[in-house]
Amino acid sequence: MAKTDKNTTSAGKGLSAKLMGMTDTNLLLTITVIVFFLMYICAVAFLRGGFLKPQTFFLILNSNAALIILACGMSLVMITGGIDISVGGVTALVSMCCAVYLDYKGGNVFGAILIALAIGLAFGIVQGLMVAYLDIQPFIVTLAGMFFAKGMTTVVNSSPFNVANEAFVALKATRINVPGLGSVNKKGIYVPAYVEIGVVVAILIVIVMFMVLRWTKLGRNFYAVGGNKQSALMLGINVKRTKFLSHLICGLLAGIGGFVYFLHVGSGSPSNAAGAEMDAIASSIIGGTMLTGGVGNVVGTFFGVLSLSTIQNIVSSIGFDEAWWTGITKAAMLCLFLLVQSVVMSVRKKRNSGN
Amino acid sequence: MEVEDNIVLKMRNIHKIFPGVRALQGVDFTLRKGEIHALMGENGAGKSTLIKVLTGVYGKEEGDIFLEGTEGPVAIHSPQDAQNMGISTVYQEITLCPNLTVAENMFIGRTKGTVQNWKKMNADTDRILQSLEVPAKATQQLGTCSLAVQQMIAIARAVDMECKVLILDEPTSSLDEQEVEKLFKLMRDLRAKGVGIIFVTHFLEQVYEVCDRITVMRDGKLVGEYEIENLPRVQLVSKMLGKEVDDLSDIKSEAKAYEADKGAAPVLEAEGLVSNAGIKPFDFHINKGEVNGFTGLLGSGRSECVRAIFGADRVTGGKVKMKGKDVKIAKPLDAMKNGIAYLPEDRKVDGIVGDLSVRDNIILAQQVLKGFFKPFSKAEANKVADEYIKLLNIKTASKDTPIKSLSGGNQQKVILARWLFTHPEYLILDEPTRGIDVGTKVDIQKLVLKLASEGMSVTFISSELDEMIRTCSRLIVMRDRKAVGELTGDELNQSTIMNTIAGGDK
Repeated sequence: MAKTDKNTTSAGKGLSAKLMGMTDTNLLLTITVIVFFLMYICAVAFLRGGFLKPQTFFLILNSNAALIILACGMSLVMITGGIDISVGGVTALVSMCCAVYLDYKGGNVFGAILIALAIGLAFGIVQGLMVAYLDIQPFIVTLAGMFFAKGMTTVVNSSPFNVANEAFVALKATRINVPGLGSVNKKGIYVPAYVEIGVVVAILIVIVMFMVLRWTKLGRNFYAVGGNKQSALMLGINVKRTKFLSHLICGLLAGIGGFVYFLHVGSGSPSNAAGAEMDAIASSIIGGTMLTGGVGNVVGTFFGVLSLSTIQNIVSSIGFDEAWWTGITKAAMLCLFLLVQSVVMSVRKKRNSGN
Repeated sequence: MEVEDNIVLKMRNIHKIFPGVRALQGVDFTLRKGEIHALMGENGAGKSTLIKVLTGVYGKEEGDIFLEGTEGPVAIHSPQDAQNMGISTVYQEITLCPNLTVAENMFIGRTKGTVQNWKKMNADTDRILQSLEVPAKATQQLGTCSLAVQQMIAIARAVDMECKVLILDEPTSSLDEQEVEKLFKLMRDLRAKGVGIIFVTHFLEQVYEVCDRITVMRDGKLVGEYEIENLPRVQLVSKMLGKEVDDLSDIKSEAKAYEADKGAAPVLEAEGLVSNAGIKPFDFHINKGEVNGFTGLLGSGRSECVRAIFGADRVTGGKVKMKGKDVKIAKPLDAMKNGIAYLPEDRKVDGIVGDLSVRDNIILAQQVLKGFFKPFSKAEANKVADEYIKLLNIKTASKDTPIKSLSGGNQQKVILARWLFTHPEYLILDEPTRGIDVGTKVDIQKLVLKLASEGMSVTFISSELDEMIRTCSRLIVMRDRKAVGELTGDELNQSTIMNTIAGGDK
């Protein structure tokens, strides 16, 4: 009875009514995806050039795989009502530790992966405990975490260097061809489009995180705690544990993201991943995650990262390729998305209260 | 101690201390199977504290809780524990998550397993809501539902749990009559199934309509437990107050009406006033020393009218005159500068600044008027705070106590003090008596009449008709966001008002 009711009404109403009936999370996700595709289609249509090649898109993916992973963790913490600004520092620390381990100590790749996971997990656990059980502001805790990670990176090794470990270099150079996509180069040879291993990891993580957030009990608990901590407690949710887990997962993802970053750049350096935490926050926000908590989606975050990076590519391909333009572009992008989001949300609020 | 047959919950000798306040002192409470048990008391009597101890929100200093089916006292450390033991609760403030869907709110925190079958939960939710005739869809975001619907959803959630004990902490304050009827039917059904129900409310009528037994508390102590037949209303009220009450119905005749100059222009006069909150344009005037009121069903636009007068919503049309002169009120500060004060409907959202002390909350509005660069001296502020704490009989540990640790009625008095301290010519009270106890209600009504007799003009809004009749000399009746009538003198009686609200002789 209820089901048939729902079907007839949703079919009866128009698209706008359907949009208005969405949850905030889904609505913001829809906006992000639409804006991204519009932007990319415009780039293909007007700029042509590189944007016609599928590989351009995959290059964006390749260079942003780590950021996607970091931003997924960031979104999770933001959905739960917190923030984690240590992820950039953790990435730098992970890449430096792995580099030192592989190059100076003659370690193997498997061991490096374990180191990356252990560092991420350690940060997640310690920061999670402090935020959840000692009730310290997440901003402060992770600010300390960031300083600590950056400091430790320099302690481990103060100068940047490239890793020459054979197994690692081979893994770094591994290309996975994307079936059915490719382009013909100037010599008339067909070059298939490819992605790096990091992209596969990133996409797997997006899928897993999406499923956890959407279909599991734990996933909904994150939203509930971010939406209203007090209510969540009264509804019988273990708020402290939920907060702790959000930081733990974010830390773990920072470890994985750190390794993927390392795999992409192939070097250890104290200046690695500088500002990555801010890019992760910006991507999350563009992807429809709210700083106030309770609203967000990792698929949106995925498109958030891509949007941020695509617009930078567009701007530099028009000719503004000096470094400062990157910052200005990011700022403009963030403002644009926030504007669109706030306009849509307020229109929707008006509609709802009008009914 | 053994738990006897047919007793589902027993609380014994419960003590709870907050900094500076002994909130509960040796309270006993017994709930039997299949009874509806009212928990009554003034604000600050400790009802909510007792319930929060029972549901694990607060720890207790001393005392035991026994539940049916378990040997010895049980330990309840969190709302989760309470839920698992079969105690489900609807709290006074709606404790749901506005960012989640209705179905998610129904099931979150009480389902087993890792992966959730949302399809089934959505279907179940729709079925439950339909059986309760709640106008909401499972996939709708909770924040888009009205307050009353949210409250019904909270009730539906609590009822849907297999519970032995159901606690309803003032569930009816945001519901209209039909919804209250639905709730009562639900409560009676559950009683027939053997569930023990604890019902906290300030509405005496509701207590006598559904309850079997009453436990009365006062000042954190147990006054007694009574069968409902053996405790007439007057006695109940006097037990709650701890003194014999003045005859409630006759406070109006005591107060002397203010003698207004016949020719003087009204204190405030509005013509065709309309705001963006969806009300129809309305005309309004109030004379010096007059108490008038807006009445109508929930959602009829009562609050929106006064909000428009105060500039709390965006005014989109109409003229306002004060004492014959045109004034422009675009925002609350304009209204305050013109000597208007407004006590908002929702003190949690629009009124209190929770972490500030009672003193700072009292001087807040006057400070704004004075300008922030001319602060009150500490001595001045203390003097003012003491004066109003005494005048309004505010129960607080000290004037430095943060307002959030006061009980609802006392918070309301602090907000009232804040506005009285601005010495307004025109005071708007929007539901000042909602969710507060009988004694404080009478205090506030008396105060309104006293202020009016001294020449203040007051607009009073309340959901309770008898309160309106007792205090107001003129009532504006609202229906469907439109002013549909104005009643004075002999017309101010229950049946005339009801008829006007309902729309004439239909």
